[in-house]
Amino acid sequence: MLVVLTVIAIVAAGVLASVNAVTAPQIEKINAENLAAGIKAVMGSEDIQVSEPWEVDAFTAYDIQDKQGNLLGKAVVTTENGFGGPLKVLVGFNTEGDILGYTVLEHQETPGLGAKAGEWFQDKIIGMNPGTNNFTVSKDGGEVDAITASTITSRAFLRAIQNAYTKVIAGGDVISGASQQASAVDGESGATQQTTASDIETPEVIE
Amino acid sequence: MNNLKVLVNGIIKENPTFVLLLGMCPTLGTTSSAINGMSMGLATMCVLIVSNFIIALIKKLIPDAVRIPAYIVVIASLVTVLQMVIKAYAPDIDKSLGLFIPLIVVNCIILGRAESFAAKNGPIASIFDGIGIGLGFTLGLTSLGAVRELLGTGSIFGVTLWGESYGMLMFVLAPGAFLVLGYLIVLFNKITKKA
Repeated sequence: MLVVLTVIAIVAAGVLASVNAVTAPQIEKINAENLAAGIKAVMGSEDIQVSEPWEVDAFTAYDIQDKQGNLLGKAVVTTENGFGGPLKVLVGFNTEGDILGYTVLEHQETPGLGAKAGEWFQDKIIGMNPGTNNFTVSKDGGEVDAITASTITSRAFLRAIQNAYTKVIAGGDVISGASQQASAVDGESGATQQTTASDIETPEVIE
Repeated sequence: MNNLKVLVNGIIKENPTFVLLLGMCPTLGTTSSAINGMSMGLATMCVLIVSNFIIALIKKLIPDAVRIPAYIVVIASLVTVLQMVIKAYAPDIDKSLGLFIPLIVVNCIILGRAESFAAKNGPIASIFDGIGIGLGFTLGLTSLGAVRELLGTGSIFGVTLWGESYGMLMFVLAPGAFLVLGYLIVLFNKITKKA
């Protein structure tokens, strides 16, 4: 009986390994395509040049230029813990730090509730600037309407973008989820962070 | 029992949602809209058909004492294969369904049918049982999702009927799932008892 179970487990592992070997490159390719399409979407332009990614802590950023070589802004991949698991958002900023667009790359939020983050914030946060706007949900005294019945997802989503702005665009310290929630419990509004000038060197853009 | 009877048995007499009350976790959790319910039902049906078939084939090789772990390994492997294939070759389906796929492993209907049907019947009959139970489950989840979506958001299959402002949000949330399930079971019993 031990033998049978072992054999079944070995066969199953073999099948999984071979399917994984076949599908992994394809999945990788689709993810890369999604990212490229996502960057175009969040920057709101097709005619862009994307730099090689550069990393600041846990954030991956891309410098975006138009075809003439003028800097349009940055696209940042940022991850925060949502309600159901990691919430991975790609967000585009112009050179002023205004939000040009965003797209949710990966999430495990509740279907029908938190999963609406992909559409919900489209007409709410675009054009806002996390440096000057109070970038928290209205329940915490901020300027953004949370998804109905999905405050935790909404908080995580806004925190992800706020952190991307603070760390990559403004070069300050990241607010942690814990302290943000603690201040919400105290009834304080999530005050906008003072940001310092960027001291991150931007690498050269690859043509 | 002929194959057609097996098929109908899964949809009506042993409907997994309304009669057996199996697989309640995905039933209540994923039916916040009609399309979500249907997706979960269809994904479960795929796994159920293949797992029933494989288990019916290898049932004589598996000693009784280790049959449950053996079934679980088969089911979990199938679900993982399905997930990888969908991710690689059908990224659109993955976007709408991706969240539900791993949940299928813990769906006790699949283990239940392996134990109560596939382990006692031939591979062909087991396929029909998989289709029948799968359709019954899909039917249950789709109707549950449709009612919840209609009452909760005022639309059905994404088509707006009277708009979200008239929806009762509770029906999209967990309490609504229990309420609607209860009433649908009453309705299902009324209809099938008469027939």
